[in-house]
Amino acid sequence: MARIETVGEALARQGVSRRAFLKFCAATTSLMALPPSMIPRVAAALEAARRPSVIWLSFQECTGCTESLTRSDSPTVEGLIFDMISLDYHHTLQAASGEAAELARTQAMEENWGNYLVAVDGSIPLGNPGYSMIAGVSNLDMLQETVEGAAAVVAVGTCASFGGIPHANPNPTGAVGVGEIVTDKPIINVSGCPPIPVAITGVLAQYLTFGQLPEMDELGRPKAFFGQSIHDRCYRRPFYEKGQFAESFDDEGARAGWCLFKLGCMGPITYNACATVKWNSGTSFPIEAGHPCLGCSEPNFWDKGGFYQPLSEVEWGGWAQLGTAAAAGAAIGAASALAARSKQKKAREEEV
Amino acid sequence: MSGLADIAVSVEITTGNVVPLLHEVRHALQRLLDTGEPTVIDLHSLPLAPGELDTLEEKLGEGEVSATLNALGPSLLRETAVPGVWFVTHRNANEEITGQYLEIVKVPAILEAQDVDIRQGIAALSESLEQANTQDQGETHDGSN
Repeated sequence: MARIETVGEALARQGVSRRAFLKFCAATTSLMALPPSMIPRVAAALEAARRPSVIWLSFQECTGCTESLTRSDSPTVEGLIFDMISLDYHHTLQAASGEAAELARTQAMEENWGNYLVAVDGSIPLGNPGYSMIAGVSNLDMLQETVEGAAAVVAVGTCASFGGIPHANPNPTGAVGVGEIVTDKPIINVSGCPPIPVAITGVLAQYLTFGQLPEMDELGRPKAFFGQSIHDRCYRRPFYEKGQFAESFDDEGARAGWCLFKLGCMGPITYNACATVKWNSGTSFPIEAGHPCLGCSEPNFWDKGGFYQPLSEVEWGGWAQLGTAAAAGAAIGAASALAARSKQKKAREEEV
Repeated sequence: MSGLADIAVSVEITTGNVVPLLHEVRHALQRLLDTGEPTVIDLHSLPLAPGELDTLEEKLGEGEVSATLNALGPSLLRETAVPGVWFVTHRNANEEITGQYLEIVKVPAILEAQDVDIRQGIAALSESLEQANTQDQGETHDGSN
């Protein structure tokens, strides 16, 4: 097996200056949601890091997650893919097709056995293997075969993490997330429909930099991006605290940018970084554009009732208590987030 | 309708985070003066309402120094009217913002020439001088001078 060059060597070979490298490290540190004081440590670790092999499997998906990744801006995904990781197999992005493509996968597995990362987007149908096949191999078989020699699995998007939209009632294909099938490997769920691009690259950068997966929450998501609710970090939160809510999409409250809780915002029960990282190079996020959060990074988000009903009216997990308090303008704050999480967990357990 | 600007939507929202941020900057400046310890604040890690970044820039004002760095895309480093407080914006090759920071430091470290680059510079300069020297010797030897 050929010696794998370090990231520092790869950058030096490309004539990247030390200043440029430090700038890249600043972006990467921010990407991992680490404090800027960590930049020197990230630089030291990255310099010595060896490029990991990544095999990307796409199953029952809409390619939205890959679209999100290829819109990632920091560091540029081109740089990340071609220079920082060795992306050895990806249906959508690779030039090879047919047998040559499948050969690339098996070769990458053999050459990096025990060390490669598997990224998965899309859910896996258990109802009938024929619902989704690649080169005559069912998604289930391909996943099981590929993860055998993997160091870890990154489930990209809500479909790969929790089943997502294919899993929505009545779930005709018997769709499940990776965690329902793979039980003997570390799995990290980067949920979202699609996930925030920097959350995907942030996890890859963390693995690249420190050789390990980041700290996770109880749903297996990186805490750096999913540690706080949208509500906790929302710039409209002060209106929630004051009890100032938009009642319709065209009323005075909506024009004044008041809280969207009564229009169905799932921010209080949704854990993601949209409110701070935002989308499209930090331009905006749904709430800033005047639309409630749909809760797309949470399990079963499609089956939680109407998107435009306030949480207090959604028949899911018993939300009357939170809704009443919010309508009264009570400052529930962190307590509501805690209540949300515990009720959410309970609801999931009841569902199972 | 002639454009988005004509839509009557108010965006005068504040998170109330600008003033606490300025206090943090003041504490960091004092620490810089007392101990020499720099501070970097990642502006993307804070919830800021639309327009609040502009307010922050306005409050800190424009200083005497501004520098552009061209490495993996352009970066702009501007000292604010508060000496020792720098607004740093990194962009990638597509000119998209990859990071925005407030650096409380005498000079941002990235502006300093780096040892590795200096060594490469010495090597490149030496090679260039050697080539020039060889060329001069060749011309002298030929009697062409």
